[in-house]
Amino acid sequence: MKNNMNRRGFLKGLAVAGAAFTLKMNGEMDVFAQTVTNPEQKNSVDLVAVMGGEPDAMFKRAIEEFGGIGKFVKSGQKVVVKPNIGWDKTPEFAANTNPILIKEIVRQCVAAGAKEVVVFDNTCDEWKRCYANSGIEAAAKAAGAKVIPANEESYYTKISLPKGKSLKDMKVHKAILDCDVWINVPILKNHGGSRMSISMKNLMGIIWNRRIFHVSNLQQCIADMCTYDKKPVLNIVDAYRVLKNNGPQGRSLEDAVLSKALFISQDMVAVDTAATKFFAQIREIPLSDVKYLAYGQDLKIGTMDIDNLNVKRIRM
Amino acid sequence: MLKNLRAAAAILVFCFLTFYFLDFANILSAKFNIFARLQFIPALMSRNIVIIFCLIFCALLFGRIYCSFLCPLGIFQDIVIRCSKNAFSKKKIVYKKNNFLLRFSIVIICAAFFFFNFTIIIAFLDPYSVYGRIVLHLFKPVYLSANNILSFIFNHFGNYTFYQIKITMLSVFSFVVALFSFVIIGVLALKNGRLYCNSICPVGAVFGFINKYSIFKIQINGEKCANCGTCAKNCKTFSINSQEKKIDYSRCVNCFNCINSCPQKAIFFCANKNKNKNFPPLDANKRKFLLFGLSAIITAPVAAFAQTKEKLLKNRKIAISPPGSISAKRLLKHCTSCHLCVSKCPSKVLKPSFSEYGAGGILIPIMDFERGFCNFDCTICTEVCPNNALVKLTKEQKHSLQVGRVVLKPELCIVHTQNWNCGACSEHCPTQAVKMIPYKDGLTTPFIDADICVGCGGCEFICPVRPQRAIYVEGNEVHRQARAFDIEEKDDKEITDFGF
Repeated sequence: MKNNMNRRGFLKGLAVAGAAFTLKMNGEMDVFAQTVTNPEQKNSVDLVAVMGGEPDAMFKRAIEEFGGIGKFVKSGQKVVVKPNIGWDKTPEFAANTNPILIKEIVRQCVAAGAKEVVVFDNTCDEWKRCYANSGIEAAAKAAGAKVIPANEESYYTKISLPKGKSLKDMKVHKAILDCDVWINVPILKNHGGSRMSISMKNLMGIIWNRRIFHVSNLQQCIADMCTYDKKPVLNIVDAYRVLKNNGPQGRSLEDAVLSKALFISQDMVAVDTAATKFFAQIREIPLSDVKYLAYGQDLKIGTMDIDNLNVKRIRM
Repeated sequence: MLKNLRAAAAILVFCFLTFYFLDFANILSAKFNIFARLQFIPALMSRNIVIIFCLIFCALLFGRIYCSFLCPLGIFQDIVIRCSKNAFSKKKIVYKKNNFLLRFSIVIICAAFFFFNFTIIIAFLDPYSVYGRIVLHLFKPVYLSANNILSFIFNHFGNYTFYQIKITMLSVFSFVVALFSFVIIGVLALKNGRLYCNSICPVGAVFGFINKYSIFKIQINGEKCANCGTCAKNCKTFSINSQEKKIDYSRCVNCFNCINSCPQKAIFFCANKNKNKNFPPLDANKRKFLLFGLSAIITAPVAAFAQTKEKLLKNRKIAISPPGSISAKRLLKHCTSCHLCVSKCPSKVLKPSFSEYGAGGILIPIMDFERGFCNFDCTICTEVCPNNALVKLTKEQKHSLQVGRVVLKPELCIVHTQNWNCGACSEHCPTQAVKMIPYKDGLTTPFIDADICVGCGGCEFICPVRPQRAIYVEGNEVHRQARAFDIEEKDDKEITDFGF
């Protein structure tokens, strides 16, 4: 009896201390966040930017601002998590999305009651090698996802793009067509052709016939592709490591920069604008050179005017 | 007992080798190419003295066991013969004469070609290479179809253990060659047993010759034998003359079927006692033939040197030989076109050539960027080659190996003709030998530094310009060392602001 009381007392003390600790942590963070939070829109955040943490910790923190993953993924839903697995490179090269981030996203989707979580990408290098060497296949599987192939045309179905200017139709992976919601998880990269590779560009991994993009105005095609009406519920930009030079593939570890950031928004154009501005601190890139942003705004996919959005900035 | 041992060993070798060729998912590691390396012609081509010595030593000891235990084409014929057993037992002819002239001339011609480093004839006749091509061009499409059906069913139910693989015709010519060899050898086996091995096959002829002098032999005990002829009926090679109670050892493949079939138990596999009785001495005709053979050796190189390279692909003037081949010339000396590398290439960049290497290089693997490009880190073709025609490379060695050099045609490039962004070529370039540099209006244009190019063909594969591409790889006659690319200075500057 005496023993029992002691343990209870100890647990109580622990709980109180823990609660106090978290309160303190939150308080501190609020001090940072308050400076930019627009008081009128306090309940609906448009874009969350996090800096200074590990990939999974930053995501955990950021998604809280949106009210948790449960706001987007409902119990019993089929979910697709679409990382960038384009290249046969290990995570340190910053050519593919960080596997730790993918693991955490999948874990949370499963915890939110998703019926199944599917992960795939239409890769540029040989797909089996990309899936394995990026670390994403193992990480996603460990968290309970199903990692599926996207290597043959038979996995894709043609859909039309009535709003597209240059691109009128495209072949989309069936997993995207079949799912209830999908989450876009690009990595922030320099790109020799389209200038930046972020969330809009990452949609090229859900489609098959992308060679046509390059002969019908790549920048316009990227924007056209994003008019696809089944939009990702979340765009989570991995900027834990960013590829500064020689993107989108990189050729040496020196091309990657450890920048420890993460951006989340439902608006593809906004999050790409924010991420490009973040990237501009590392390497010069005028927003006007990333033409698909303006094209995307014209097509009403989203807004580049992030100053008028409710942006939450968090430092860890 | 001996027959069962032979059958078990043969099935093991056959299954491994066949599956090794079919295994697109790389379930078996590259090390399992041992069954290919153990083959006689690959051992000869790779100058693997140890394996050649072992094979010949075994042959001197036990006779022609290569043909029954190791040769995949021989085992394939055995399977055909076994499946047609009913038809076979009705055979009228039980003993045939040896076609010494044909066999000897083929060996002489092959030897001449071998010594003058010209493999084309050997490539067409070597049983292992013939079988490799049959598996790749005929069996693999069937295997892939089965996989695709399975994957269709499994994927439908949400299981992705199997995945779809596109089935394509690698080369019409190779397919036709494989089909012809399959049909001809198959039909010969149905009707005439191991006729290919004992008339065409140069390896069979060599081992047949050694077989005559081997220590252990199949022998008929004349006292026990009742001249029933059962052994001859069961002989796959028509080499038992049951009337005279003699065996033609140059054609016997040591399958041991006769031992099992003999109702009198009069046939044994044992050390030879009466050495000189079983084969006749060289007669005058044979001597004449040897002279003829020698003259063939002298004339073959003339034919070899007469082979000149024909007109090549549109853009490319020099064909690109696979990594590890060092040069097309060296490749042609060692490769017998078993197409194992073609089968194993995960990037689908290797395919059998037609006229790209010249007439003497038909069927030899070539790099082609129509369906894929060479993965920067992949060295599998060099690991599996049993002939050492592709010398084994490490990842680091391959990173600086230049099989060809990039050539840009700016006048065809999308950036210049349309003023649009593209950069697909640079995107796929692992060394940034094709780099995007500022052009105008925020556009970037490809800029090439061919010295750091490895010739992987990523740029050529992805270039969207048709009919002629704006960028392609020109082959290096002899592979070179690519210059190491400059590494950018590491950016360690800490980022403390969001930037917006």
